[in-house]
Amino acid sequence: MPEPFEPRIVAFFCNWCTYLAADLAGTSRLRYAPNARVIRVMCSGRIDPQFVLDAFARGADGVLIGGCHPGDCHYQEGNYKCLRRFQLLKRLASQMGIEDDRLRLEWISASEGERVRTVMNDMVEKIRALGPLGRRKEVEEEAVVA
Amino acid sequence: MKPKVAFYWCASCGGCEEAVIDLAEKVLDVVAAVDIVFWPVALDFKTKDVEAMADGSIVATFLNGAIRNSEQEEMAHLLRRKTQVLLAFGACAQLGGIPGLGNLWNRDTIFNEVYRDSPALVNPDGVFPVTEHRDNGHTLRLPKFFDTVLTLDQVVDVDYYLPGCPPTPNIIEQAIGALLSGKLPPKGSVLAPDVALCEECSRRDTKPEKLALEAFHRPSEVLIDESKCILAQGVPCLGAATRSGCGAQCVEGNMPCTGCFGPTSRVRDAGAKSLSAIASMAASNDEAEIERILAGIPDPAGMFYRYSLPASRLRRKRQEAV
Amino acid sequence: MSKHIVIDPVTRLEGHGRIEIFLDDAGQVERAVFQVPELRGFEKFAQGRPAEDMPQITSRICGVCPMAHHMAATKALDDLYKVDPPPAAKKIRELAYTTFMAEDHALHFYFLGGPDFIVGPRAPAAERNVLGVIARVGEETGRKVIAVRKRLRAVMATIAGKAIHPVFGLPGGVAKRVTLEQQEEFKAAAEEAVEFAKFTLGAFEKIVLGNAEYVDLIRSEVFTHRTYYMGMVDESNRVNFYDGQLRVAGPDGAEWAKFETGRYLDYIGEHVEPWTHVKFCYLKAVGWNGFEEGAASGVYSVAPLARLNVAAGMATPAAEAAREQFFSTLGPGPVHHTLANHWARVIELLYAAERMRELAADADITDPHVRNLPTATPREGIGVVEAPRGTLFHHYQTDEKGLIQKANLIVATQNNGARISMSVEKAAKGLITGGEVPEGLLNMVEMAFRAYDPCFGCATHAQGAAPITIRIHRRAHQVKAS
Ligand code: SF4
Ligand code: SF4
Ligand code: SF4
Ligand code: FES
Repeated sequence: MPEPFEPRIVAFFCNWCTYLAADLAGTSRLRYAPNARVIRVMCSGRIDPQFVLDAFARGADGVLIGGCHPGDCHYQEGNYKCLRRFQLLKRLASQMGIEDDRLRLEWISASEGERVRTVMNDMVEKIRALGPLGRRKEVEEEAVVA
Repeated sequence: MKPKVAFYWCASCGGCEEAVIDLAEKVLDVVAAVDIVFWPVALDFKTKDVEAMADGSIVATFLNGAIRNSEQEEMAHLLRRKTQVLLAFGACAQLGGIPGLGNLWNRDTIFNEVYRDSPALVNPDGVFPVTEHRDNGHTLRLPKFFDTVLTLDQVVDVDYYLPGCPPTPNIIEQAIGALLSGKLPPKGSVLAPDVALCEECSRRDTKPEKLALEAFHRPSEVLIDESKCILAQGVPCLGAATRSGCGAQCVEGNMPCTGCFGPTSRVRDAGAKSLSAIASMAASNDEAEIERILAGIPDPAGMFYRYSLPASRLRRKRQEAV
Repeated sequence: MSKHIVIDPVTRLEGHGRIEIFLDDAGQVERAVFQVPELRGFEKFAQGRPAEDMPQITSRICGVCPMAHHMAATKALDDLYKVDPPPAAKKIRELAYTTFMAEDHALHFYFLGGPDFIVGPRAPAAERNVLGVIARVGEETGRKVIAVRKRLRAVMATIAGKAIHPVFGLPGGVAKRVTLEQQEEFKAAAEEAVEFAKFTLGAFEKIVLGNAEYVDLIRSEVFTHRTYYMGMVDESNRVNFYDGQLRVAGPDGAEWAKFETGRYLDYIGEHVEPWTHVKFCYLKAVGWNGFEEGAASGVYSVAPLARLNVAAGMATPAAEAAREQFFSTLGPGPVHHTLANHWARVIELLYAAERMRELAADADITDPHVRNLPTATPREGIGVVEAPRGTLFHHYQTDEKGLIQKANLIVATQNNGARISMSVEKAAKGLITGGEVPEGLLNMVEMAFRAYDPCFGCATHAQGAAPITIRIHRRAHQVKAS
């Protein structure tokens, strides 16, 4: 019997908002799917699209980016920068065969622990329906077929 | 005895070969300094001549073109064995090059396009080329065509890289000079300046420190002002994320840089880096407005990975989604 | 005990290919097959790309004739957007194009095909190359060839941004104007090109036509095929590389068809064989009847010899005089001798240089108005030029944003594919007897296709290329020959 598929999600969370929200969710015992590996960044504006592609290449089935609400970024412009890059990156990802639901951007403030839970559960569910991305295997095996 | 040198091409357009011929009178100096033992485009030496050489007896091999089929893969291995210093010559060998755009598809979709869906085709019996064909008692073979285009260093160990589509004569000359004098940088280096193209661009002074663009234009839609930074005019120019060394040729031709020299050493994924820089310039904080501005870039994969898809982190479009 | 001779790769041509020759027990050639093992898929990966990127993307089909692909693609963009370039732009394009034709034909004569004659068909392999040519013609002449070529490449780079993979073609014109200063250099370069072309024609006449053995070789049945021919002509039926209508002549030389380039699909079909990646073009109305010559077979040929065969003349004086001499020597016409391609190529070199001289001197080329912006909604565009190696078709369909939905490319060498196969088989059968295959003889088999200056880089644009191999299989015996 094949093992049931557990989506692997890499979450890049801004230190000043979503990361704290995730923390809050934890301390408030809000249960959510344990599929994400959270990476803390100083600001969503610091997330280089290279990191995102790297996560997919190394086997992530989905990538979630969490930043401060518009107007609330600690560094003023960071989340807007993130939004601009995200839009283009999303189109690139779709050209590379990565479905929309696998790459997601959410604005979540420090107090919205509940929202972390909803978003995460929703994403896990959607990716579960999509199935594994299978990137790592493809890349490692060079995908060479005669 | 003069050092032995070889030139070879895999999935190549031949432009890299022409680039060597474009050394013009300096080709004669090269010929005087080295012994060219294999160069199919110009000389009549055959593969068997290479096979007969002792391993490591070729001092340097300049290999251009990507790897797309089994025959090219075998040639890459053969030449690697016979050669001390293997140079990936040009964008195709280094990054996959324009043929690397084939990684948005796979073998079947390409074959179907060519042998099933092509408009002038008359193929009622659905004949496709096959790797082994029996014909009146004779067997005819074709190499295996891969689903995925590979860079040279995904197949064999590479010592140095010459960037460009094709590399420019000055870059080639310097590489040959470095080889002959033995003054080679650390293994794995790209033999070109490690700074961005904007540094050597004649329009550099007209490029603002910080760019905020209200629209992106395709070069077909606007008249480009010959005196100003092309990117500042809203036409995506990849100079900021591309390695210098070509003399900003395309910009001199009044067209944007499309990135053929690949990234500088600090960049892992050339396309993602360029995408990031260009997208950040959209002058808005509003989601819908950003979308409108970025619609001026209709084909991000083709623009940012024009020469480097096989070398990118993702390497290819997901097979299942092709 | 078996005999197995492998020559790999076939050399002095662009791209990869392979020839398989099967001998019967008596050592006679039973079958010779010309294979192209590569394929790259340009039609497929064009899909989704913006149409205006096609001139730069498709030039990577071939770095030897990137200007031809760039120009066919650019003309297809004019058609796609229904935009007519201003006079200056048309002339600048044609100037760049004729400069390229002159340079490329010269390259073939001195580097690729010429060594077979100048150094000799059966000369030692190590000398049969451009260095051997230089040794024969003298270092001074050798340096002159190199210098002229360099100057022509510089003209191309000035106009086109890059000589290898130009960037100047846009719908409705070109990216950059020509300055008065540049024009002076173009004029001087063109003058030198004309002198050089005349020198080359003189050298050809002396070395090749002055040698009875070579003339016999050109005329020999082994290198002769009576097929259809196709090429582009102007309104007076003279050879034109950049623009015009397509004219087809039958094996008897009479005009068989003349049509607008946009109607190519009515005339040309492509046939697939399972043992090669190249598709074979043929005339649809005649039909595919196998690798056969004659009026009942749709096989046709393109490139210099074909262009001369379909045209009523050359549009410049010295080239026209040379053309007349060509037909009075080998004619009356059509000339069916494959090796006559070399002569025809040098005549075209002269035409290209003379045409370059006319355009370089034209006052229009320095007009700053070099582009009309497209306004129409794109849908479909076809662009056709005569590449050095023959007729080249680019055909695109796009969505309303100008993103490519379908691309069809028929390249020069593909048009010639069937006839090249026939030439190789005929040469192999005619030259190899009794299983004796010295290296020089195999080179003469290679000469059968080198005359076409085939480009397998181009021919395999659709997929990939491998080195040309000549393999001689002998049924019972296999020996590794040298
Ligand atoms: S790098 Fe460019 S010039 Fe060189 S083989 Fe590739 S496409 Fe041709
Ligand atoms: S962006 Fe382009 S035009 Fe502007 S300075 Fe850089 S290379 Fe030059
Ligand atoms: S300007 Fe850019 S695309 Fe053009 S040759 Fe230089 S590096 Fe390559
Ligand atoms: S600090 Fe949170 S997104 Fe910038």
